[in-house]
Amino acid sequence: MNASLSRIKSAWSTPEYLASRDRQLWSREAGIRICDLAAATSLGGRASELAGRSVLLVAHDQLAAALALIELDGVAGRIVVCPPDVGNKHLGSIIETAAVNAVVSDGHSPDVSGAGHIPHVICNTSLVPIEAEPQGEATTEWILLSSGTSSGMPKLVVHTLASLIAPVRSSPDPGPLVVWGTFYDIRRYGGLQIFLRAILGKGSMVLSSAEESVADHLTRLREHAVTHLSGTPSHWRRLLMSSGAGVIAPRYIRLSGEIADQPILDTLQATYPESVVGHAFASTEAGVAFEVNDGVAGFPAHFLGQRGSVEMKVVDQSLRIRSDRTALRYLGDQNGEIADRDGFVDTGDIVEHRGNRYHFLGRRNGVVNIGGMKVHPEEIEAIINSHPRVAVSVVKPRRNPILGAVVSAEVVLKPEQSDAPSASGKIEEEILNLCRQALPPHKVPATLHLVPALDIADAGKIVRHNA
Amino acid sequence: MRVREAILAHVEAIRGSKGNALPPLTDDLALLDSGLDSLSIAVLVTRLEDALGIDPFTDSALTSPPVTLGEFIGVYERVAQPH
Repeated sequence: MNASLSRIKSAWSTPEYLASRDRQLWSREAGIRICDLAAATSLGGRASELAGRSVLLVAHDQLAAALALIELDGVAGRIVVCPPDVGNKHLGSIIETAAVNAVVSDGHSPDVSGAGHIPHVICNTSLVPIEAEPQGEATTEWILLSSGTSSGMPKLVVHTLASLIAPVRSSPDPGPLVVWGTFYDIRRYGGLQIFLRAILGKGSMVLSSAEESVADHLTRLREHAVTHLSGTPSHWRRLLMSSGAGVIAPRYIRLSGEIADQPILDTLQATYPESVVGHAFASTEAGVAFEVNDGVAGFPAHFLGQRGSVEMKVVDQSLRIRSDRTALRYLGDQNGEIADRDGFVDTGDIVEHRGNRYHFLGRRNGVVNIGGMKVHPEEIEAIINSHPRVAVSVVKPRRNPILGAVVSAEVVLKPEQSDAPSASGKIEEEILNLCRQALPPHKVPATLHLVPALDIADAGKIVRHNA
Repeated sequence: MRVREAILAHVEAIRGSKGNALPPLTDDLALLDSGLDSLSIAVLVTRLEDALGIDPFTDSALTSPPVTLGEFIGVYERVAQPH
């Protein structure tokens, strides 16, 4: 028998769970008691219509999405978990690749007309009691969107509940009365991990909201007495720049999604002296590989080569992972295999052995990690090169103390006789405006410089690495 | 004053591309209330490195991150004009 969320939740009204009846999921607007989910629906009782279907879940509200996920796991054949910023541009391809034949939205959905006439179920945050809810025994595929390709199209990564919650060796016991919080959206791998820990680990959770200021989010985290708080190093740096950082006192601080360097670990430990400051390595494809809780950057070298639930090795400098937590495969035939023949996933993260630890240096293939979001420079170069005056461009990462990295562009213009030197400022602004129209804000170059020529390496490729 | 003026000009340039109603730039204004999110502040730090030749955050300034605009300017002024 498969343990699905829709089956597990039916036990949340049993005496064992009711003992912790104060467990809740809080959004900015609402709070839902977890025990009330046992015999209630947030889908108007229509979950059974979605049985076996490939369901596109596009909700503005995280809590509505959370309740739908709980109700549909084990019932739907597949749930395509759309993060809030999935653009209309790629929705058609996602619908086609995932063979979507039903939609669940909270009424703020983007255009899903490309899917044709298919069931459309509204999810919301007001529960309706229900007698006989479907308790699915199916193994539902969870389709997560990964940071994609140089065309900007996200990759569709297949997980199941089992691969999302398989135990990780070094995970600490959270202890009693846990209130989780995260700066992530739960539709992203890092946030989904926290959500599943909260609901399956007898905790509560404070959901984030994209519209909320850091100060207001902190106020809610304090009101609900958050004990475990998770985010990227960039999320944490933003929090430290807020005057309200001191209002919370979490027992456990968790960093993931980017390289956690020693200064951010030290600063968090100094700001929250009573907290355990840990950092985890995880990616949508490779899953959670480890958590390190000794307050030191990098991970102990003895993690490599160990047998067990998670195995790690380094080949060609990049970290490879084999575990029950890795994704099953990609959807769509253009994306290749997630794992090699032996089941190891190449994370693309370059590590270096120093002393008794391995430290992360950055990404292979020039992929830039901006505040936890991976960016392919080629996607940005394609936009820049669409300007009629641009001959060639290169987009490079640049170290940044706030977000880890930002992207900077160097642009070579086509020669034009009438080009007065004073006109160059206008062209730079035109190119940046093109980027602002075509790209999400984090992909717009922080700086753009006109240069006479680009460095070309021996192999004929543009030199991408910064010195 | 060169550092202060450069910072204010860059803040206004980054805010200006957003086009919302924004509070006036005063020293006690919290950076995150100034119309800049953390991505904007990251862009600001990068552009200031190009304009002023300094990035005061690369070393240890993050141990007490600036909260207000005045503190932010102060971090740059201390690095630009060491005593």
